[in-house]
Amino acid sequence: MIWSIAPEQASTQAEAFDRIFAMMTGFSLFVVALVGALIFVFSLLFRAKRGTPRRSVKALQNRQIEVFWTAVTAFFAIFFFWYTSTASLDAIEAPAGAMEYHVEAKQWMWKTRHPSGARELNAMHVPVGRPVTVFLNSQDVIHSFYVPAFRIKQDVVPGRTSTVWFEATKPGTYRLFCAEFCGTDHAKMTGRVVAMAPGDYARWLETRAEGETLAATGARLFVSAGCAGCHEEGSDVHAPSLAGLFGREIPLADGRQVTADADYLRDSILLPGRDIAAGYEPIMPNFSGMLEDGEVEALVAYIRTLSEEEASR
Amino acid sequence: MSLTDTEGHIAQEPDYLGAGHSVRSWLLTTDHKRIGILYLVTLVFFFLVGGAAATAVRLELATPPGDLVSPDTYNRLFTLHGVIMVWFFLVPAVPSTLGNFLLPLAIGARDMAFPKLNLASWYINLAGGMLALAALLLGGVDTGWTFYTPYSSLYSNSYVTLAALGVFVAGFSTIATGLNFIVTVHTQRCEGLTWMRLPLFVWALYATSVVIVLATPALAIALMMVVLERVFGLGLFDPAQGGDPILFQHIFWFYSHPAVYIMILPGFGVVSEVLTCFSRRKIFGYEAMVFAILGISIFGFFVWGHHMFVSGQSATASLVFSLLSFLIAIPSAIKVFNWSATLYGGHITFEASMLYALGFVGLFTLGGLTGLFLASVPIDVHVHDTYFVVAHFHYIMVGGMVSAFFAGLHFWWPKISGRMYSELWARLAALLMFVGFNFTFFPQFILGYMGMPRRYHSYPPEFEMWNVLSSAGAVILAVAYLMPFVYFGVSVLRGPRAGDNPWQARGLEWQTASPPPRENFGRLPTVTGGPYDYHAQGEEPHAREGDVTFPGRSDSERR
Repeated sequence: MIWSIAPEQASTQAEAFDRIFAMMTGFSLFVVALVGALIFVFSLLFRAKRGTPRRSVKALQNRQIEVFWTAVTAFFAIFFFWYTSTASLDAIEAPAGAMEYHVEAKQWMWKTRHPSGARELNAMHVPVGRPVTVFLNSQDVIHSFYVPAFRIKQDVVPGRTSTVWFEATKPGTYRLFCAEFCGTDHAKMTGRVVAMAPGDYARWLETRAEGETLAATGARLFVSAGCAGCHEEGSDVHAPSLAGLFGREIPLADGRQVTADADYLRDSILLPGRDIAAGYEPIMPNFSGMLEDGEVEALVAYIRTLSEEEASR
Repeated sequence: MSLTDTEGHIAQEPDYLGAGHSVRSWLLTTDHKRIGILYLVTLVFFFLVGGAAATAVRLELATPPGDLVSPDTYNRLFTLHGVIMVWFFLVPAVPSTLGNFLLPLAIGARDMAFPKLNLASWYINLAGGMLALAALLLGGVDTGWTFYTPYSSLYSNSYVTLAALGVFVAGFSTIATGLNFIVTVHTQRCEGLTWMRLPLFVWALYATSVVIVLATPALAIALMMVVLERVFGLGLFDPAQGGDPILFQHIFWFYSHPAVYIMILPGFGVVSEVLTCFSRRKIFGYEAMVFAILGISIFGFFVWGHHMFVSGQSATASLVFSLLSFLIAIPSAIKVFNWSATLYGGHITFEASMLYALGFVGLFTLGGLTGLFLASVPIDVHVHDTYFVVAHFHYIMVGGMVSAFFAGLHFWWPKISGRMYSELWARLAALLMFVGFNFTFFPQFILGYMGMPRRYHSYPPEFEMWNVLSSAGAVILAVAYLMPFVYFGVSVLRGPRAGDNPWQARGLEWQTASPPPRENFGRLPTVTGGPYDYHAQGEEPHAREGDVTFPGRSDSERR
């Protein structure tokens, strides 16, 4: 459909977006028509005709008019802020129980890992009707994960884990773009998101080689990189146990409190000297340069599962 | 007073153009009018360079595959277009050319407060421009005009350092000009010209200068940090060294959002002058217009976060920036309504500069309204970094600012050159520019809504039709931009003498000869009332006499 201008609407966010967009467009057309009409009518009415003396018009009661349109503009500005923000507030948090996908961006490709561990390149198969959270990491520069049909976009910033969520509503193949300029083949850093009916998705998944989940990779690394030597229970070294750590408030040696989220764990691995947990010596070695970006994410994912085990116990 | 004639003109002294014909008399001048002309020359040069790059970009995008130039060349082309157009055309366009030429004239002064600094600004601007051009000739820069890290600081294999230094150096030129304008407005106003009697053009230049002086250092810092990381490996933005790539965006947009107002505010001033003159009306709501200009320049500093809704900044920050961005629409809307209301009860004629000014109001309205889309978080999430954004800022910058620049250039051309141009061709160019502009950029709103990301060298086939339309429009626009070169050229060579005040405008700059003498005025004028005195209070205003195209001149004006 080369003439169609509406992008496909294939997620719950897309429905909300299209409502707001239509309303703003209607409002804008009204204002453009109003200003256009004012200019046009005044130009016609008050144009100078050769040889005709100027008509005298009463001065406008300008203060009242000015207050009036300032108030009207202020009302619409605040109204539209309220109207659009309430929609975005609803969409911040992914619903509980969302499927977790991990996507790694690098110049110029997208590497996807399914909750089951299956891997894909420049493609992402998801079931329709289930919320999906995508954890995004970059190995080099800033990229941006953009699926127009879902109306979602999230910058993928190196050094941090970004998340974005969506719930596909319609089976189909949708374009995935990199929206943040990232170098030579920026325009080629595209892929597809395939939304499938749940049954089809299950069948598709069976045909894929079962890969290692991110957390399983992390568990392996936890031992091979030497983390377990200090952090495993029963170790001689005085290092904090990581069970139940994720999401907890941690008191630091300098008196601050931080939440042990993904960024905190990441920083603790790569910059261990920065935030020392209260009651511990700063003896953790620096792992930057020894671990790759994806490996850090795997370790963080593993540490998260330790908390989930703790919670389910 | 044998040296001045009955109207106070200095009869014997040659005008500023005749005050020396050597190259040296131009390159070492401290006359603000000549410096304005020097700026105009470099400005036109940079506009042509930036425009050529834009033409190449649109040619490449006329077909979906990336077949005309290589991806690396394409990335260098749009970066060149952005860097040159933003820093070497849009930012200095009105302030440094028309502002330099007209500010002292409009406030009844003989020159800027610091004439030598004024000349130095031009040389600094030239030096910055040459550094940027050197980066381009050596092989180009491929970061986009935004220089986002860590791409610019660690990954880009191009002449980022040189280009960043060029922009850094040019920043000092704008700071010096801004400082000069501020001091000039404070100290050089003629007798009786109180603040609330200043023409809006002067208010706009003043507000712009304040924003320039406060914001440009942030840009200098951001670019210096990029260079330090690139050259010395300082870990400011590199996450592997504990840096934060997002930090750059904060500092950069802290400059670059106010910079949008640096570019558009002078346009507001120009349009106010032109609209009042050709509708023979006082500006509607002068005080509101002044406060709107000041409000925009202050609010402009607190909305930078709306460039970063999808960067991962906190939801709270996004909401606050969203609210502030919606609020800045209020002073902008006041201006649009006041301009429209100024036409009411006027005696309107449609000279070329009036056509540009009316076009400005319409295009700025559309550009401003689409700004509301980008201010709202959920819509921005979809259209951020797509062609919607490209269309939006071209409506403000090209539809708005470039229209205002042309409105001003046509309005003051008789004052600057002393000669008239062909009104017919000028009107034709104005209409063509309006049509070509909408043809080029309206399809880009649709492309953005459809989801085409910006800075794409090739694109999927579903975007083809709108890109073809846009490229076709760009051809019209290019022709329209070349037309003024012809009729202004003809005007300089054999245009009829303009007389001192061909539009019968009321600004102080029109109270002296065209072109003005070196010292601007014989005796400095004294101001007794507010600006835009197109119809004295209680008095029936008279229609303008004479031919619209080439107004009649009295013998005393003919020299």
